[in-house]
Amino acid sequence: MAESLPKELELVVVTPDRQVVRDKVTSVSIPGSSGYLGILPGHAPLLTELAPGPLSYAEGPKVEYLAVTWGFAEVMPDRVIVLANTAERAAEIDVSRAERAKQRAEERLQNLFDPQVDQERAREALRRAIARIETARHGQTRR
Amino acid sequence: MPTLQDIRRRLRSVRTTRQMTRAMKVVAASRLRRAQERIFNARPYAREMMALLQNVAARAPEESHPLLARRPIQRALLVVVTADRGLCGAFNANLIRAAEAHLSQAGAAEVSLLAVGRKGRDAFRRRGLALAGEWINLFRKLEFADAKDIARELMELYTRRSVDAVDVLYNEFKSILTQRVQTERFLPIAPLARQEGEPLGDYIYEQPPRQILQSLLPRYVEIEIYRVLLESQAAEHAARMTAMDSATNNAEELIDTLTLTMNRLRQAAITKEIIEVVSGADALR
Repeated sequence: MAESLPKELELVVVTPDRQVVRDKVTSVSIPGSSGYLGILPGHAPLLTELAPGPLSYAEGPKVEYLAVTWGFAEVMPDRVIVLANTAERAAEIDVSRAERAKQRAEERLQNLFDPQVDQERAREALRRAIARIETARHGQTRR
Repeated sequence: MPTLQDIRRRLRSVRTTRQMTRAMKVVAASRLRRAQERIFNARPYAREMMALLQNVAARAPEESHPLLARRPIQRALLVVVTADRGLCGAFNANLIRAAEAHLSQAGAAEVSLLAVGRKGRDAFRRRGLALAGEWINLFRKLEFADAKDIARELMELYTRRSVDAVDVLYNEFKSILTQRVQTERFLPIAPLARQEGEPLGDYIYEQPPRQILQSLLPRYVEIEIYRVLLESQAAEHAARMTAMDSATNNAEELIDTLTLTMNRLRQAAITKEIIEVVSGADALR
């Protein structure tokens, strides 16, 4: 083998308020805005926007889930940097709040012709709520 | 000559003041700690964002986004970030003086003002200067969303071509003892300096670079505003802490001198009374 690939990735997840993760991991799955990306060590450099959704990463057999909403991810062969607007660990998510937000957004989207309703904003709110709920569910099945 | 009564009254009032300044110092110190922590937490994001932007902007021409476009400066906007409250030494006064200096040096360009913080707004109003906008009462409960709102307004003014440049004037948090008034050009976003020979990250772009730039640049302005607000907040608490510390010390000194004068006066009164009694007794003999 000409060049040995790195065996681990350094994953950094930061939001404007805090650094959520800085860890050595073996694989990462990123909710890119053009689809999910599975990243293993040695991946080619890549830049993508994020869509709201669950981001998961594995440290050996242990899998962790985070809910991220918008942002960017920069992938290097030995490093993944995620700049997220918000990032919450599965255990931190308030599911009932997310459910309420989802319901509210759905109600707003029902009123298609109401000029008071900002459709775009309601859709984004809905996607965020779904991302949180999904992440929380993943986090639970693991246990 | 003040009477004993006067000095006692004065002492009481100085003691109350000392108590107040001491309490404010303690409060400022604990707020400062929290503010420093927030700066610390916000730093990794700002750093990674900067690195990412350098890489992307390096391969995007200047005209690829309105926030990068430079035009001759006819109208400029000066954002002045002061505190909402006073009693923090020269914190606000320094900024306002710097803002006035900036205005008088503007030359041909027409400069409008945007005040962040109540103190700045009030000062500019008193001087009869028109404000392009104001954001007050942010610092009590500062959140990223506030920075976002300000950033949005600035970007809109810039892309609408209402202004050709946006500068931000604020107190930088150097250390607990020093704050420095700082001016930064926010818009247009300057072509970022790159070290020579540093390899340009060659990316696979999941989305076209132009599109990534489109969402990256506004985000960058937001985080920069957020950083400035956090810096200013920490600097404000630090300034207040030092101001209140020296006020407490001054009060203590005053209490010492007053106590001394009071004791002297009391001693004099007692001596006088004794002399009166003794000489009265002498006269009777």
